[in-house]
Amino acid sequence: MQVSLYRYDPDQDVKPHMQHTSVEVPEGSDLMVLDVLEMLKAEDPSLSFRRSCREGVCGSDGINMNGKNGLACITPLSEAAPRGKLELRPLPGLPVIRDLVVDLTQFYQQYEKVKPWLINDAAPPAQERLQSPEDREKLDGLYECILCACCTTSCPSFWWNPDKFVGPAGLLQAYRFLADSRDTATEERLSDLEDPFSVFRCRGIMNCTSVCPRDLNPTRAIGKIKAMLVTHGT
Amino acid sequence: MVTNVTSFGRSGLSDFVLQRVSAVVLGAFGLCVGGWFAVNPDAGQAAFAAWFSSTPMVVFATLSVAALVAHAWIGMWTVGTDYLRPHYFGRASTVVRLAYQGLTAALLFGYLVWALAVIWGAR
Repeated sequence: MQVSLYRYDPDQDVKPHMQHTSVEVPEGSDLMVLDVLEMLKAEDPSLSFRRSCREGVCGSDGINMNGKNGLACITPLSEAAPRGKLELRPLPGLPVIRDLVVDLTQFYQQYEKVKPWLINDAAPPAQERLQSPEDREKLDGLYECILCACCTTSCPSFWWNPDKFVGPAGLLQAYRFLADSRDTATEERLSDLEDPFSVFRCRGIMNCTSVCPRDLNPTRAIGKIKAMLVTHGT
Repeated sequence: MVTNVTSFGRSGLSDFVLQRVSAVVLGAFGLCVGGWFAVNPDAGQAAFAAWFSSTPMVVFATLSVAALVAHAWIGMWTVGTDYLRPHYFGRASTVVRLAYQGLTAALLFGYLVWALAVIWGAR
C-alpha cells in the first residue's frame, strides 16, 4: 500500500513536507491505520505520533486519514483507503509539534471555558446526589466523549476562531452539564455562552457528527444549547 | 464570554434571533410582492405603483428594508470575522477588518436611505 505521510521536525525542517513510502499489507488482512503507523515507525523510529490504548478508548491517536479525521486504532484500511492509497496528516487547525503530533492547548482551553464539572451550591447529601433514571437518560450521548479532538479540528468555525469559538467537543460537554438535573448553574452557564462566538459561530455543517469515532452528535447538542439560550433570553 | 463591539446587538443571542426574524419578514415580503404579480398577471406599472404606494405596503416595505439591513450586517459581520483574521492578514487584520466593516456599514446605510427615499418618495 502506498502511504503519504506528513513529516515535520522543527529541529531540522524549515517547513513541513510529505514523505511518500509504502508498506507491505499481508494478503487478506484488514489492518487498522495504527498498525500501518507502527510498521512505518519500525522502519523509521523518528516518526512521531500519539497512541495508547489501541482500542478507541483513550482518544490519543486522532489523525487525519485521507482527508477525514478519526482514530487510527479503530479505522480499518478498507475504510480509510479503499483505493489503496493512504494519506496521513495531523489533525487540522492546530499547531504541529512534530509529524502527526499537534499542540492541543487551545482545544483544552476551550474545553475548560465551559466549566466541565458539576456545579451545585446546595449542601451535599450524606452519600451522593441522586438522579431519576429519566434524568440520567438525558445524559446519554453526551458523557461518552473521549476528547480525541477529531470533531473540533474538523470544524471550519474552530479553524477560523480557535480562540473564541468553543468548538463541538467543548459544547457537547457544556450541554452535558446544562442537561444534568443535579447542576444548578444553568443561568451562569448560559450567560457565558450567549456572545456572538462561543456557540453561535456554529453553522450546523455537521462535520463534527460525521467524524466522531464514538458516533456522538455534537451538532444536536449545540442546537439544544441555542434553543435553551432563546428560551431563557427572550 | 467573548465580547465584541461591532456585532449588531453585541450579543450572539440577539443577532441569532434578529437574523431569523428578519429572514421571516423578508420571506413574507417576497411572497407578498410575488403573490400580487401572480394574481395580477396583466397589471401594468400604474396598477403596481398604486398598490405599492398604499400605506400598508409602504409600512411593510420600510420594515422589510430595515430587516434587510440588519440581516445583511449580521451576515457580513460574520463573514468578516471568519475570514479577515491574523492567519491571512497578519498584524494588518484589524485594520483590514475595520475597513471592511466600515465599507459595509456605509453601503448598507446608503441602501437604507436610497430605499426609504424610493418607498416614501412614491407617495
